[in-house]
Amino acid sequence: MSETSHSSAGVDASDGHAAEALDAAAHHGGGHEESIGDTVLHHVTDGNTLELPFVGDVHLPEISIGGLDLSITRHVVMMWLASLILLLLFGFALRRRQQVPRGLANLLEMLVVFVRDELAIKNIGEAGRRFTPYLLTTFFFILTCNLLGLVPLMATATGNISVTAGLAGMAFVMIQWGGIREHGLVGYARSIVPHGVPIWLYPIMLPVEVVGMLVKPVALCLRLFANMLAGHFIIVSLICLIFVLKTIYVAPVSVGFAVFIYLLELLVAFIQAYIFTMLTSLFIGMTVHPH
Amino acid sequence: MENYLHYFGAALGAALAVIGAGLGIGRLASAALEGTARQPEMAGDIRTTMIIAAALIEGVTLFALVICILLALK
Repeated sequence: MSETSHSSAGVDASDGHAAEALDAAAHHGGGHEESIGDTVLHHVTDGNTLELPFVGDVHLPEISIGGLDLSITRHVVMMWLASLILLLLFGFALRRRQQVPRGLANLLEMLVVFVRDELAIKNIGEAGRRFTPYLLTTFFFILTCNLLGLVPLMATATGNISVTAGLAGMAFVMIQWGGIREHGLVGYARSIVPHGVPIWLYPIMLPVEVVGMLVKPVALCLRLFANMLAGHFIIVSLICLIFVLKTIYVAPVSVGFAVFIYLLELLVAFIQAYIFTMLTSLFIGMTVHPH
Repeated sequence: MENYLHYFGAALGAALAVIGAGLGIGRLASAALEGTARQPEMAGDIRTTMIIAAALIEGVTLFALVICILLALK
């Protein structure tokens, strides 16, 4: 078993999850104490240890405040890392503000202008300028977290439902705040049901609209979470397939598919960040201008 | 058999979800290709809209997939 695990490790050393799956299977002696489902879950979900390349497992502090588990887990460290990367990237690119940006500043400005013009102003109108910082934060944070999950030895923070629930909760707050700021509290309450609806339809329309208001952020949360989780799940499952079938000859097929899914994951990372931001800006536009 | 029925449910659910996604995105792609063939200068806009719609359909499929995974790992 150790010879097969070394040769497979040489083939796909770039995929950190695969390397960890190989380590886990080698340690667990072919998956007898731990079922394959547990091994797959172990690599995809959150944990209290951080796996560093030369140091091994680092146990992260477990902090519990008033019964709430606020321990610093792997995904929390990944979110901090994403924030740090964004701060350093933008700070470094904008050291010298030139009239015509070059290089990294040009790329970042392209993305920023895209979010501002195509997403914020097109969906929300002129009031979109006020929401642009929030939309930019959402877009870049989700994008960085998604891409960070593809790097070997790192985890996907957005593959944790708590993280995406937090992002969706913030989107909900921004959507309601946009409507309340534009129309005032009473005007916003009146705009929940669309104009021109006869009064006898209100008992049906009001619950429907309120449920719709609550379901839209839930859908945002689940869409991002499921997309990010599914890709990593498939990659780890494909590599674990080698150990379930206990033969090396399935490795070319398995690794080939895993590389294909890996590239698809790269595309999905960008698309899901864009979709989240676009839908948030669309919903904000719908409450700010309820036509 | 009652202990293992949830595996069957998970597999059936995943299969149906994939059939739905395949049909939906297939129709989407065919409409996009037809539109591009009729008006090649709109290819960029059509491609962007196609990607967005495909991501949304995929999102719904993955809702079902997450439920199937939860069921299979129960």
